[in-house]
Amino acid sequence: MSAKRLVQLTVNGKSYERFVEARLTLADFLRNELDLTGTHLGCEHGVCGACTILFNGNAVRSCLLLAVQANGADIMTVEGLARNGELHPLQRAFQDQHALQCGFCTPGFLMTAFAFLKEFPHPTEDQAREAISGNICRCTGYQPIVEAVLQASEKTASERK
Amino acid sequence: MKPAAFEYFAPATVDETIELLSAHGEDAKILAGGQSLMPLMNLRLARPRVVIDINPVSALDYVRIGPRNELCIGALTRQRSLEQSALVKERNPLLAAAMPLIGHFQIRNRGTIGGSVVHADPAAELPAVTLALGAEFVAKSAAAERVIPAAGFFLEYMTTALRPTELLTEIRLLPLRAGCGWAIEEVARRRGDFAIVGVVALLQVGEAGLCEDARLALFGVSERPVRAERGEQVLLGNGPEPKAFAAAAQAVVDELDPVSDVHASGEYRREAAAFLMKKALHAALARARGERVDER
Amino acid sequence: MAQTYIGTPIKRREDVRFVTGRGTYADDVKLPGMLHAAILRSPYAHARIRSIDTAAAAASPGVAWVFTLRDIGEAAMPVPMRMYKIAGLERYLQPLLAQNKVRYVGEPVAVAVAESRYLAEDALDAIEVEYEELPAVIDVAAALRDDVLVHEEAGTNLAAVHEIHIGDAATAFAGADYTRREVFRVHRHTGNPMETRGLVAHFDAGKRELTVYGMTKLLHYNRQVIAGFLRLPEHKLHFIENDVGGGFGIRGELYPEDFLIPFASFRLGAPVKWIEDRREHLMAANHSREITCELEIAARRDGTLLALRAKIYGNMGAYVRTHGGLVPCSTAALLTGPYRIRNYECRIHCVVTNKTGMGTYRAPGRYESCFFRERMLDMVAADLTIDPVELRRRNLIQPEEIPYEIGVTRPGGSPTVLDSANFPSALNRALKEFDYEGLKSRQGRLENGRYHGIGLAYFVKNTGGLEPYEGARIVIGEGPSVAVYISINVLGQGHETAMAQICADALGVPLEWISVFHGNTDLVPFGWGTFASRGTVMCGNAVHLAALKLKEKLLRLAGEQLNCDPAQLELQGGAVYRKGSAAALLDMEELVVRAREAVRQSVGRPELEETAYFNCSQLTHSYGVHLAHVAVEVETGTVEILRYMVVEDVGRCINPLLVHGQAVGAAAQGIGGTLLEELVYDENGQLLTTTFRDYVLPASTDVPRIESVVLEEAPSPLNPLGVKGAGEGGIVGTGAVLANALSHALSGMGLQVTALPLSPENVRKLIRNRAARAMF
Repeated sequence: MSAKRLVQLTVNGKSYERFVEARLTLADFLRNELDLTGTHLGCEHGVCGACTILFNGNAVRSCLLLAVQANGADIMTVEGLARNGELHPLQRAFQDQHALQCGFCTPGFLMTAFAFLKEFPHPTEDQAREAISGNICRCTGYQPIVEAVLQASEKTASERK
Repeated sequence: MKPAAFEYFAPATVDETIELLSAHGEDAKILAGGQSLMPLMNLRLARPRVVIDINPVSALDYVRIGPRNELCIGALTRQRSLEQSALVKERNPLLAAAMPLIGHFQIRNRGTIGGSVVHADPAAELPAVTLALGAEFVAKSAAAERVIPAAGFFLEYMTTALRPTELLTEIRLLPLRAGCGWAIEEVARRRGDFAIVGVVALLQVGEAGLCEDARLALFGVSERPVRAERGEQVLLGNGPEPKAFAAAAQAVVDELDPVSDVHASGEYRREAAAFLMKKALHAALARARGERVDER
Repeated sequence: MAQTYIGTPIKRREDVRFVTGRGTYADDVKLPGMLHAAILRSPYAHARIRSIDTAAAAASPGVAWVFTLRDIGEAAMPVPMRMYKIAGLERYLQPLLAQNKVRYVGEPVAVAVAESRYLAEDALDAIEVEYEELPAVIDVAAALRDDVLVHEEAGTNLAAVHEIHIGDAATAFAGADYTRREVFRVHRHTGNPMETRGLVAHFDAGKRELTVYGMTKLLHYNRQVIAGFLRLPEHKLHFIENDVGGGFGIRGELYPEDFLIPFASFRLGAPVKWIEDRREHLMAANHSREITCELEIAARRDGTLLALRAKIYGNMGAYVRTHGGLVPCSTAALLTGPYRIRNYECRIHCVVTNKTGMGTYRAPGRYESCFFRERMLDMVAADLTIDPVELRRRNLIQPEEIPYEIGVTRPGGSPTVLDSANFPSALNRALKEFDYEGLKSRQGRLENGRYHGIGLAYFVKNTGGLEPYEGARIVIGEGPSVAVYISINVLGQGHETAMAQICADALGVPLEWISVFHGNTDLVPFGWGTFASRGTVMCGNAVHLAALKLKEKLLRLAGEQLNCDPAQLELQGGAVYRKGSAAALLDMEELVVRAREAVRQSVGRPELEETAYFNCSQLTHSYGVHLAHVAVEVETGTVEILRYMVVEDVGRCINPLLVHGQAVGAAAQGIGGTLLEELVYDENGQLLTTTFRDYVLPASTDVPRIESVVLEEAPSPLNPLGVKGAGEGGIVGTGAVLANALSHALSGMGLQVTALPLSPENVRKLIRNRAARAMF
């Protein structure tokens, strides 16, 4: 068995250092070592998207990364969306549109939508629907999530003006 | 669903990687984007004793033009970079068009072209696309570097011609001839899923209005991606007409003995392959004629 | 003016913790010294266990304990049935860990407890089990031959039979102008909540108390059973759900793991966590829906329905689980739907096979029976050349016939009575909203390479009742603050908001004062749980009753303080008014302070709390119509849903946001279940769909914009709020309506769907073999 390895990284703007076993997944690292339990595990084989985080600015499945691969990385999780107690426009939009029920898939959708809107600030409905197609929700039927992404895009657009 | 223990190396260069491969051989598994390997490891269906993580080998992440005007793609280049690359779109629109069919953008953010072709899932898009394009795969070992043509690269189910001590470093795609039409079509249970069945078509129509070149490949129909040479023969020297396309599609599926699985029967795959092949040939012809074809 | 939080689309208060990643799901619970369990499961569908050797596993790093059934000793009991205990089923209960034999892929064989889940899984790898593989029996027809016995000691795979006799079907069939017989089949699929099952059990050896996090759905009942198993006093067990990532019927039932994990903690004296992974979930959590129905119908030439005769076969899997015979019996119970069918005969067969045990999945049995009936009605309409809508119209029970007694359709139950409804009105509304008449011209038409079909299905869904009561306790504190403790739990629906709305209106206080607490056996001493769309019906009414009782108490106190007759007073917006006057006499804050003072000074004065139980064992019935417009590509067998609508009467809508959310979400699940999802076994009983790559759930690009129309035309007379459950109406009709739409699209080829799912493969098969009928 391999020895533990040092991982130094930044999560939501905060620096961390931990020694971990090589096989520890990044998702388990965030949840169990850093107690950032907002990142959820729905399938652990890269299909459901509940564990989506931002890895150096890109949306990725954290269940398909090893913690040791995050050495030096800049990571953002759902806990990093709200700033100074203010909900991010996406978070508000999810509540406004009833875009969540059980809430388990929600962090993954939020991080997916966050990355998507960064790249496409003014998406069409079809683009928004396509963007979230790699995340599974069993409660909402998706339409409210599409609406929330569109609402947030208007919000971020108007705030930029 | 947690991986079994393994020894982990994260070399920074190609040479270091090859050294590790020489040392560990069949015990080692290369970890690139991890989008195929990690699920297998989490499920403990893959239990490599040694994992060589090549993500730090940034020298393998590039897209450039080679001396023969070919597109040279570093094995570690992310699928998402290829999707967004202006150079790829310009030089090889088929490759660019195949990208959005692979998983979802979160997958393509990590997934690499090298990882996909080496994993050689018979239902994946990139193996069939590189096969149709006649790609060259550059394999490097401590002893030598060799170029493996696509026709000899995909051997069996999830098995390529790479030796345990070899590292895939580059994929080379010769430029499409001017006026070459192309298309990729698939049926999947959902958007982003591996295809139940898919086809790739390249079509070259000469000045006489006859097919000068045709390259057809299929995925999801066999233990590996397949070229449909009999279908190609049917097209060559004939006019690009619906009748010829139908005959070619028939010839293509006559050669097939597709597998059955939870998503569809072999019979379904034959029927759908014939339909998709006709559709792809029509789309390729339209592109060859410079007509606009709606991409999905 | 009366307050009206009820009926207002109030945003959910629970959302803030979920969107910020601060929900607390089972896997988020972390206790000092916590150990992690992993479960070794059978790789075979049917095998004898020759030996189990755990020695190497027990010695592997970080392992605290590895145990098998033998280690549980005398306490070992099978998982008991809770309901639909039809005679015979008791012979097929599941042991906590495999006993001599394994009977399905995924059956728990041994448990490893270690310092981490990683190490626990390593330990599983080191357990040596020697199996002797036996032939497996997978489908009902083969099982009924009894060549292979799943449980030898029972002597048969036909676990139980139940019959329904209403009217005189034989005579009706004998005298009918027209009869038709079809065999229909619904495939095996299941709920797949995004959060898998999970438990953290903590036995405090000092206090001898057991706390279990992650229990849900039926906390009190589950506690009672586990208390018996561990031989602890019931009140020394505390079952707490925290947040739950979806239920859909399958989560929260007692499974072997619900005994094993508390048992491990009990023995080790340390907290033990077990989080089911997705592969385990797909093979171990309840499967559902696999029902075959041989259905006969008799009618007059004018389309008047005379009788139904059915044989229902439920593939129960290897063991009869907590629901007993519920799924096949519920298929039978509402098979006649909203129609006047006086003669109904049904024989229900519960058959065991080497598959995972069957339990409930959202609208269990009703999804199935709606498909069987509504599909048959479209066939009858075609045979008799009557418009399918007209056929239904002619047979709908009319408002003046309500309440309508169907007869006894449940084992040991009282008659099924449709309590309130205006069936024709909902149908008319649905046709109008969908522009059914306008779309009819496209029926069966080929447009741009695809055939179009428009389908319709009528459903009735019993809600509420099932278990006879729920409770609520409301406590007023300073602030002022109102705490509402409810006896049920929440699987993601939004009870924290809906119950607060009900309380605020009944009590006459601002919504913001109210906090709702749920999912904890210590809050309210008795309760059942959240299932069968009964949360709002049963517990919503308990909250309403408790709030009214508490208001009466507050007004009496106010009367004493103000020296006036409480009957003259009212409570609105958190202040006391004289009836008809706009000036507040006393605000609640002051009243609470004074009341507390009064309570302190004299013994026997009322405390500022009330508990109420709402009792009702009758079921209330929601109903409505599903409509769909599909386009089918014949060459690939792919079906695209162009439009989808659910029209549902819920009696009274507490929060439109939540009710529409339920309808749309349920419809999306039903669409997935109808088009994409299937639990597939090979001939050896190997489950082939153990990942989300193979078990395909619908994503955003598979689901259209679902239109939801909520009606409140027929409030339930069975409860003070007039509500009916809204959790399942959105899924009941999905199989039926899509099958009908597809059949209409392909009617030019003379095709009729009789089996689900409508996968590309199956659609092609139907086209390939035009005479194809459901295989039985």
